[in-house]
Amino acid sequence: MTIEVKNLVKKFGSFAALDGVDLKVDNGELVALLGPSGSGKTTLLRIIAGLDWPDSGEVTFNGADALAQGARERHVGFVFQHYALFRHMTVFENVAFGLRVQPRAVRKDEVAIRARVKELLDLVQLDWLADRYPSQLSGGQRQRIALARALAIEPRILLLDEPFGALDAKVRKELRKWLRSLHHEINVTSIFVTHDQEEALEVANRVVVMDKGKIEQIGSPDDVYDNPATAFVYGFIGESIVLPVEVANGAVSLGDRPLALAADGLSPGASKLFVRRHDMLVGPPGTGAFEGAVQHVRTFGPVQRAEVALFGGETIEIDAPRDRELRAGDRVGLEPRRYRIFAG
Amino acid sequence: MSAIVGRRRTLPGFGLTMGLTLSWLSIIILIPLAGLFLKSLELSPEQFWNILTSRRTLNALRVSFGLAFAAACVNLVMGSIIVWALVRYRFPGRRLFDAIVDVPFALPTAVAGVALTSLFAEKGWLGAPLAAAGIKVAFTPVGIFVAMIFIGIPFVVRTVQPVLQDLDPEIEEAAGSLGASRWQTIIRVILPSLAPALLTGLALAFARAVGEYGSVIFIAGNLPNVSEIAPLLIVIRLSEFRYADATAIATVMLVVSFVIIFAVNRLQRWAQNRVPAH
Repeated sequence: MTIEVKNLVKKFGSFAALDGVDLKVDNGELVALLGPSGSGKTTLLRIIAGLDWPDSGEVTFNGADALAQGARERHVGFVFQHYALFRHMTVFENVAFGLRVQPRAVRKDEVAIRARVKELLDLVQLDWLADRYPSQLSGGQRQRIALARALAIEPRILLLDEPFGALDAKVRKELRKWLRSLHHEINVTSIFVTHDQEEALEVANRVVVMDKGKIEQIGSPDDVYDNPATAFVYGFIGESIVLPVEVANGAVSLGDRPLALAADGLSPGASKLFVRRHDMLVGPPGTGAFEGAVQHVRTFGPVQRAEVALFGGETIEIDAPRDRELRAGDRVGLEPRRYRIFAG
Repeated sequence: MSAIVGRRRTLPGFGLTMGLTLSWLSIIILIPLAGLFLKSLELSPEQFWNILTSRRTLNALRVSFGLAFAAACVNLVMGSIIVWALVRYRFPGRRLFDAIVDVPFALPTAVAGVALTSLFAEKGWLGAPLAAAGIKVAFTPVGIFVAMIFIGIPFVVRTVQPVLQDLDPEIEEAAGSLGASRWQTIIRVILPSLAPALLTGLALAFARAVGEYGSVIFIAGNLPNVSEIAPLLIVIRLSEFRYADATAIATVMLVVSFVIIFAVNRLQRWAQNRVPAH
């Protein structure tokens, strides 16, 4: 199932939760909507599910208008952040719910329903919990039951809202791997919402970075990490060094020091230079665009993190491999291997 | 201080609170009830039986329990709808309506009785149009029914309200996205989740209506065998100095009420077990 969203706008009062969003998700993809809270990612997911309605814009499934249908007709599996399991039903009945409420004409008989539920509980590896109530399960188990329940209706699309948000770190890591392999197995077009970049980069085939109701960048996990398209993405994904630089007369300067960096295509004025910590290559003094003095060094396993006071007035932290030991007091030259300069 | 040092719980006081609970319950509830039973023992079993099976007693009991149950059922349905509106929607005046629900709690029952009577009397604001339609409310069993609905409504609303507030609207969305119709969502998801609270509300509204005296006697007309409630019959027997008769009727009311409340309690426990707390 391909999902296409065109120019979607949704306002809550004067707050624009979605401010003109365009997105295309191909059949079988596993896409992450990544952004800080208030970026509109959950609103977008709920509109695709039919739990919310846009003020304007289009949503199509395989080219057919989805907004003409309610949540009930869309055949979308939705996994809620807090699971929304039916607490008066056993795990078995929770999973069977979607099958039992089908119109009589297409409803399976009891034997077929039991077989299907058993199959789903096996899929999420929780068949031994069939007779328990949701309150007797751990968070991770509830999450998997919620997923099994959503899959019971053989959804055309699977949507997950912060699927691991309420779980502790260890369970979260396990479930991430598990979700990936599950998606590989069932291969249904899936979108999940998260504010955790690590989660998005590790699980998804494609990451959609959102901020303030707009899409900032769409790309593969490597792409958004290595080539952030905007200042926001640079700041939000991975840790970056941010330096206030000045662009003037086709040259870039930090404080009063001109930097040997290309200024092609940059608009003049105050700007920000973004570079990853590990993309600052350390060399002898006199090489590279920056020069500075090492203040502190701490080692973390394979890397050493050095605090360097740049000539020009800023202090930055860089990550360098340990092949060349740094010491406090060393003078070093720094060359940004990969960087971007954005106006503002 | 020594109790805090000990191995017990951080807040000591099981002995104290339990002792107070038992003595207080004894003084306030158990001893008066025991007195009631003792008094009725002055009657021989045969006399006791005769009082109970007299036509007037049976009719009074039937009026009290029958109408109280009917009123509690009406309150259950209407109360649930009111709770739904108050909890799930935001509308102007919501807080005011929420406060109005408590009025029957606070109003002296005699005032309620007089107000309802003048409202439903043949020349009253509501009584006149109803009389034109051929329905007499005041001074008939229908009047008793109306008074019992009036005093019972807050019990259903106030018991169900906190439970519904706790019920995440997401479960309705979950049911919808799984293909359930609105009706299926109500029947299969919402009502079962609320069942224990609904049963408690029903039991409380029923118990209140069975024991109601003040508002009912004004509107009932109090015709023996027709619109005479059991509590009134007890008062009548007392004023005739037939104390044993009065206690016999009271004893039966007590036993029947206890059995019904106990049954509802068991039912509620059963429903509760199907919805274990988090």
